[in-house]
Amino acid sequence: MSRRAAGLVAGPVAGLVAVALLALSGCGTVGDAPPGGAERGPSEPGDPGLTGTLTVLAAASLTDVFTGFEERLEGANPQLEVRLSFAGSSALATQVLQGAPADVLATADEAQMARVVEAGLASDPQVFAGNSLLLVVPPGNPGGIAVPSAEAEPPSLAEYLDDEAIVAVCAPEVPCGAAAATVLDAAGLSGAPDTYEDDVRAVLTKVQLGEVDAGLVYHSDVIAAGDGLDFYGFAESELAFNRYPVASLSGAANPDAARAFVDLVLSDEGQEALLRAGFILQTR
Amino acid sequence: MPAPLLVPAALGVAFLVLPLIGLLVRAPWSAIGPALARPEVGEALRLSVVSASLATVLSLLLGVPLAWVLARSRVRGRSVLRALVTVPLVLPPVVGGVALFLVLGRQGIVGSWLDDAFGITIPFTTTAVVIAETFVAMPFLVVSVEGALRAADARFEDVAATLGADRWATFRRVTLPMVAPGVVAGAVLCWARALGEFGATITFAGNFPGTTQTMPLAVYLALQRDPEAAIVLSLVLLAVSLATLLLLRDRWLGRAAA
Amino acid sequence: MSVSARIAVRRGTLALDVAVEVADGEVLAVLGPNGAGKSTLLRVLAGLLASDDGRVVVDGAVWDDAPAGTHLPPHRRSLGVVFQDALLFPHLSIAENVAFGLRSRGAGRAERRAAADAWLDRVGLSGSGDRRPAQLSGGQAQRAALARALVGEPALLLLDEPLSALDARTRLTVRAELRRHLAAFAGSTVLVTHDPVDAMALADRVVVVEDGRVVQAGTPADVSRRPRTDYVARLVGLSLLAGTADGGTVRLDAGGAVAVAEEARGPVFAAIRPESVALYATRPDGSTRNLWRERVVGATPHGATVRCELDGEVPLVADVTAASFAEMGLAPGAEVWAGVKASEVAVYAR
Repeated sequence: MSRRAAGLVAGPVAGLVAVALLALSGCGTVGDAPPGGAERGPSEPGDPGLTGTLTVLAAASLTDVFTGFEERLEGANPQLEVRLSFAGSSALATQVLQGAPADVLATADEAQMARVVEAGLASDPQVFAGNSLLLVVPPGNPGGIAVPSAEAEPPSLAEYLDDEAIVAVCAPEVPCGAAAATVLDAAGLSGAPDTYEDDVRAVLTKVQLGEVDAGLVYHSDVIAAGDGLDFYGFAESELAFNRYPVASLSGAANPDAARAFVDLVLSDEGQEALLRAGFILQTR
Repeated sequence: MPAPLLVPAALGVAFLVLPLIGLLVRAPWSAIGPALARPEVGEALRLSVVSASLATVLSLLLGVPLAWVLARSRVRGRSVLRALVTVPLVLPPVVGGVALFLVLGRQGIVGSWLDDAFGITIPFTTTAVVIAETFVAMPFLVVSVEGALRAADARFEDVAATLGADRWATFRRVTLPMVAPGVVAGAVLCWARALGEFGATITFAGNFPGTTQTMPLAVYLALQRDPEAAIVLSLVLLAVSLATLLLLRDRWLGRAAA
Repeated sequence: MSVSARIAVRRGTLALDVAVEVADGEVLAVLGPNGAGKSTLLRVLAGLLASDDGRVVVDGAVWDDAPAGTHLPPHRRSLGVVFQDALLFPHLSIAENVAFGLRSRGAGRAERRAAADAWLDRVGLSGSGDRRPAQLSGGQAQRAALARALVGEPALLLLDEPLSALDARTRLTVRAELRRHLAAFAGSTVLVTHDPVDAMALADRVVVVEDGRVVQAGTPADVSRRPRTDYVARLVGLSLLAGTADGGTVRLDAGGAVAVAEEARGPVFAAIRPESVALYATRPDGSTRNLWRERVVGATPHGATVRCELDGEVPLVADVTAASFAEMGLAPGAEVWAGVKASEVAVYAR
């Protein structure tokens, strides 16, 4: 991984840096510490005697971390079968509204969770992680994006991108696109995108193929994509800080296991895993 | 009619038509007028129809000769060629879009040359939409025309040859008119497939209102935020495609059948 | 000689190797059973099939020379072909069908239309130019196909079973018309048929092809009077008996003997016409020198007569009136006596 990044670097450190940034900008803390989770500690998630099937619907960006949670929970509760279903947050919310049988919902933004809460299908969502946008550039920077020299303060997005650059972002209909629109507007670059992709993965694919000069994606997505991409922080990213809420659903068939899963997500162990995966911790 | 045929046939009709009825029943009819008046919807619709039509023309220009080669020539490895030609039928369109990048993208085998030599870049342009749709839809035309060519009596081509027509004249004056119904059917299928194309288009051409956002892309993205708007857009697409096909039927298929 | 061809083709089990020559204005019939290679011969002459060996020369121009690798494609040959099914192009009008060959040569619209109308007139289809092939009867379609083949005044006209798809009555009239058109045609004609009547009625000369070889050639009269194979004999309705002559008697190769009026010596064919065979329910008295005990093995109505196939000492074919057939109770299996006058037996050297 190339680390010419001006603002952010990969791994837990990145998370901490982001938290620091957030603290500076006043966005760092949301709500109270989650009940139960953190105090219970990482040693034994849930009651050892959990049984049955637990269905978790989660935003696609959570795939790696939540798969780890599945193994952890199943290992501690041999009688429990955890089934994970990953998709875009709006698709997940729609599924729940259409009556999909599930116990836990974790979305990549609060708006989608709000749809479910308003419908009375979930209550008391807890924000468990955050994410912010990075500018990713294909290996070798074929578009010749103006990369700033290492500085303490990340520059504005406008410093990187000119009219010539081919830029991919998420479509405004999906959460990452809403975030992208916010930062681009703030940078006076609303006309910059050349394509509005249907999800983060599609943006990353186009960057990885070198077909666009730059893309705006979430930090955790860059970490998940692995080596080979150059990425840079920029000043406007804090305006589009994305919060991930989780909630057990009112219609949960296995409420005990659902509570255990939510607790695990909010526990020190869960938070650490999220941090390693490039998420920004919200709660402390 | 025998029940073993009639009952599954009725089930088949129900299976295909009920989702459509579902769309119609749940459709917010009052929202359709305003939806049509929205400039971005008109733009997406126009782009869809234009690019699907261009893709069909391109498919005809390339696909009919290809079908002829598959049906009539004695080229070695024809069965391998046929299998290759139908690959886009089974390939997930998104993968097809990535494959197009690898050839025609900025970094692609042909695309990088185009970029260096002429400064032409294809991805994220309307051209890319047409190419993606052609890639996915042309096999439908090829398969249909090849079937028509195989069913056509090749002795008519012998007759034409004995009357002084070379192979090209024979193709133009005898083969093509005789398989015209098959060509029209294939073109309609191709057009319909191109009109509904989503995966290869959003991958290779991206999604930008006015240049690459076709109706299926608009529908999919609307579904993310406003399912009702997605239904409206779907109905608009449905109405346009039905109207076009009915018009074609009167103008073209009707005459071919007469 | 206008057409001079030697053609050798191997296709699967068929090994065709024949030589034919056709003069200007002459009609050559190629007669043979199905699978004998007649159609292959025709396709090679048309250029639709390349021969493995041999040469085709028409009016001094080399169309095919397999050893030299010369093969003129069909569209560059001065040809007209009429196929068994008329094969009129279904998407074109009758006039457009007839003028098709002229358009290939770049003739203008008016010229094409005039030529097509003239030819439609000649084949009795005036006024049908704007109709579609599907609207024509079988006979009309075949007439239009003939006009289409002849409109370009080809050097070589090829007819592939041109009458066999027609019903019996239509066949009669179309055959008579075809005869008239062939008589007026200046080029060479090759007619491929398995129907001896077509060959006899239309051809100046006949070659008989069996198993890819020419087994007999001659005028229609010659071939029908003096068949040299069972196939030809059966076609023309003769009983053909091979044997060795010794004066007034022919000892047959298959056993038995036939008394003949003409003196002959050595290997010969003895041919007996079906109408020369008289059948009797009981052994007749009298002077008939050839009298055999026979059994009826087959009976086919043939107009007012019934053609009976007989087996016994000598295999024969006999024609009897329908009335006598009924009177004598000649159902297959019946035993009869068959008599043939010695003077009715034709003898010719093998």
